Amino acid sequence: MKEKNLITRILATDCGSTTTKAILIEKRDNEYRLIVRGEAPTTVEAPYEDVTKGVLNAIKEVEELAGVKILNGENIIKREKNEGEGVDLYISTSSAGGGLQMMVAGVVDKMSAESAARAALGAGSIVMDVVATNDKRLDHQRIKRIRTLRPDMILLSGGTDGGTITHVVQLAEIIEAADPKPRFGAGYKLPVIYAGNKNASQDVAKLLDKKTALYIVDNLRPTLERENLQPARDKIHDLFMEHVMAQAPGYKKLMDMTDVPIMPTPGAVGLLIETIGKRDRIEVLGVDIGGATTDIFSFFQKTFNRTVSANLGMSYSISNVVKEAGLKNIMRWVPFEMDEKDLRNRIRNKMIRPTTVPSTLDELQIEQAISREALRLALEQHRAMAVGLKGVQKERTISDAFEQSSSGSTLVNMLTLNLIVGSGGVLSHAPRRVQSALMMIDAFLPEGVTMLTVDSIFMMPQLGVLSTVHEQAATEVFEKDCLIRLGSCVAPIGNLKEGQKAVTVKFAGEEHKVNFGDIKLIPMELGKKTKATIIPVKNLDMGIGKGKEIETDIEGGIVGVIIDARGRCPFTLPTDEKSRVEKLTKWMKSLNVYPEK
Amino acid sequence: MAHSYTPGLKVTEKAIVRKERRLPLKGTVVAQKGEYVKADDIVATTSLPGDVERLNLAGKLGVPAKEAFSFLKVKTGDEIKKDQVIAESKGFFGLFKSSIPSPIDGFVESYSEITGMLTLRKPPKRVEIDAYVNGKVVDVIENEGIVLETPATFIQGIFGIGGEVKGILKLVAQTPDYVMKPQDITDEMKGTIIIGGSLVTNEILRACVDRGVVGIVAGGINDKELKEFLGEEIGVAITGQEDKGITVIVTEGFGQMTMAKKTYEILKKNDGKRASINGATQIRAGVLRPEVIVTYDVNTPISESKHSEMGMDIGSVVRIIRQPFFGAIGKVVQLPHQLQKIETEAYVRVLEFQFDDGKQIVLPRTNVELIEE
Repeated sequence: MKEKNLITRILATDCGSTTTKAILIEKRDNEYRLIVRGEAPTTVEAPYEDVTKGVLNAIKEVEELAGVKILNGENIIKREKNEGEGVDLYISTSSAGGGLQMMVAGVVDKMSAESAARAALGAGSIVMDVVATNDKRLDHQRIKRIRTLRPDMILLSGGTDGGTITHVVQLAEIIEAADPKPRFGAGYKLPVIYAGNKNASQDVAKLLDKKTALYIVDNLRPTLERENLQPARDKIHDLFMEHVMAQAPGYKKLMDMTDVPIMPTPGAVGLLIETIGKRDRIEVLGVDIGGATTDIFSFFQKTFNRTVSANLGMSYSISNVVKEAGLKNIMRWVPFEMDEKDLRNRIRNKMIRPTTVPSTLDELQIEQAISREALRLALEQHRAMAVGLKGVQKERTISDAFEQSSSGSTLVNMLTLNLIVGSGGVLSHAPRRVQSALMMIDAFLPEGVTMLTVDSIFMMPQLGVLSTVHEQAATEVFEKDCLIRLGSCVAPIGNLKEGQKAVTVKFAGEEHKVNFGDIKLIPMELGKKTKATIIPVKNLDMGIGKGKEIETDIEGGIVGVIIDARGRCPFTLPTDEKSRVEKLTKWMKSLNVYPEK
Repeated sequence: MAHSYTPGLKVTEKAIVRKERRLPLKGTVVAQKGEYVKADDIVATTSLPGDVERLNLAGKLGVPAKEAFSFLKVKTGDEIKKDQVIAESKGFFGLFKSSIPSPIDGFVESYSEITGMLTLRKPPKRVEIDAYVNGKVVDVIENEGIVLETPATFIQGIFGIGGEVKGILKLVAQTPDYVMKPQDITDEMKGTIIIGGSLVTNEILRACVDRGVVGIVAGGINDKELKEFLGEEIGVAITGQEDKGITVIVTEGFGQMTMAKKTYEILKKNDGKRASINGATQIRAGVLRPEVIVTYDVNTPISESKHSEMGMDIGSVVRIIRQPFFGAIGKVVQLPHQLQKIETEAYVRVLEFQFDDGKQIVLPRTNVELIEE
């Protein structure tokens, strides 16, 4: 790789399960900016079955749009100096081929097994199942499960260093008896990472060395009150490259093309979210809704968390959103009356032809309705996982450890949340930015005052990996070209009768009154920040008590300030179809969400 | 000139079809390289390890894990019968002995002195894989399986359920848009694979199962009826394991969909011939589409299909795969490379599409698929 200061043109791709995205970044007038973006369908399907075809096609689009020659046949031209053709750095992330699929095992489900799941999730993996000695399954059921799942790798943990070894050895025996096979490549052994009691390492090795590719790393829970996830996460990343990516169609070629190792897409996005939270000292919720999975990243109480909802997505997994949310919950967001049979068929047709895009307004509205439910369910799953101690090397007392296993209280707090970052096709590519804003508000139901943003053209994954090799370029592009600030959302908590006066928001010498059941958009330009006084009526709460006014900063954006007085805790929609459609239509008109038909 | 890679389904009357037949675990390959095999011939066999039963031996004997081993009356690798005494404590002057009977027929796999657990394994299950289609073995994958090649008619569907079956193709739909009626399914169709038209309903599927029809190929199916037939909702698009007594292949999509003319004509030509079909579909990670294969005599000359590796171009024949005009077939007349605004207000790459009657429309490029010529 060239020296950092000599890098002036960067090409980055992200191979998603549906679309491969390429961006071109150049240093112009002493700052790094996004120049163009190209995309093409991901080519894991026959007849191509080679991910580099989609990559090359996306790069070709970049070439056409930027008027720069980057490819010489199927090779990326690497510049010696600053000549017109080629690039200085090429990097890539990937979640194609189903991403990284892991199974984790730990002695106690709420202790070492939960820590192991966090290690795997933090490394960008999908956790297919968690095996624990107290998971209420019989041994033969666990063995059958391990055998049928065919994960890409297994992470085994359990026992504190120096503690009893029996239980973790028992888990190793179960894995040995299952003799698991990897998803790709019959000829190689399944990688198993052991990150448990160091005193049991030898016994675990005796059991698993022959049947699996065993790697031993430091215990991820060396003591009850301490989590040490990094060594396991690093090993997962190494093995992802060596075993999983190398087996997927075309990846060997892609690995040769990139200047730095390919990173799993969620790992790269998580890195960016964590950086924003730490740098700005705020609470952040990030979402990346893809074709197959939806990732949620959060930074609450200085703790980073990531979960992936493996089967909630907008193309391959779209039917599973319907299965999990129920068709009624999807239909409640569709602003017109629709036959169930027709809706079902449309959703299935998207599943079997995942690269298609809505070309009519009705189709767009249906997709955005489904996305609300995918996002809502993904956040529900995140809430359940984002509990207790998280992240790297966090010290805490034994009493905290027990509290975690008993209470399981979530760190996610929609009231203290400062910033939502939306990413993924359906949010980044919504034709009007206000559509993304409303999808996120409806799905996440933020409370109090929350800033809404979206990844402009879905390039957080590429910037995440870029930040590991060229932080300056990643930061400059992220601030100037990636993050689009939509505006603040003001949402009082509580419920009133429809049409009653709900909240008054005063700022910039103006007063905006909103009645209960309404949502209002106040234009406020991008970059403008001002003090606002928010006065809820006596039964509504802005966070410090019912009827108490607050003074806070609100910020404008591409969309403006949204005052949402539709109710929280709970938020409800009319159940009869006619009133529901009327209500949705009113809200959508009020925010100018869709063009008039 | 811009071109585009567009996933398309293979629908070819004559092509060289390669099939890999692989065991789930390593085993013995019976077929030889160069040999001609028939669809029903067994080409490889293996034994799947039996299910495991774990017994807390130390706990049952009431002794420490390290000591329990000495009470075993069997050793690793020994064959055991259900209720056979496999361990026995010495007792007190021959009294109060505890005997541990084997819970299964099988083998002793291992004993752990750390956990005190005895692992027993049931007898292995024999697994055989057949050739699935007639053909010539062109490669042997050592201990795993074979690759065979055959000239054949090869049709990929878009979605299916159920696994591999073989049977005689039986044309029921006289036109590609025909909607089958229950009375079309007769007792004589037992063991056949029927060719339907534009729609297969739950009622038809039940009639087929009742009359022993092993497979059905049709243009479309309503999702609601598929759910009724399966008794559950399909979540993720991974199918093939359904055990409903029939394999279903849908060639166009969900809803009532006239079967593509080319697909229909090829199937019609093969009426009465034996076909191998598989409904297994996996859209994510590894991509598998359902298929219909009718093999020719192995010596039939075949010119390799010219499925365009270069993707779509002006003049390419494509099918629209999203509303509106879902299913329509026409030609690409323009591939402008500038992004264009469509009804949703999104800016996308488009193509100009011409229907058979000359009418032209603008569509997102991703909403069409190539039809192989």
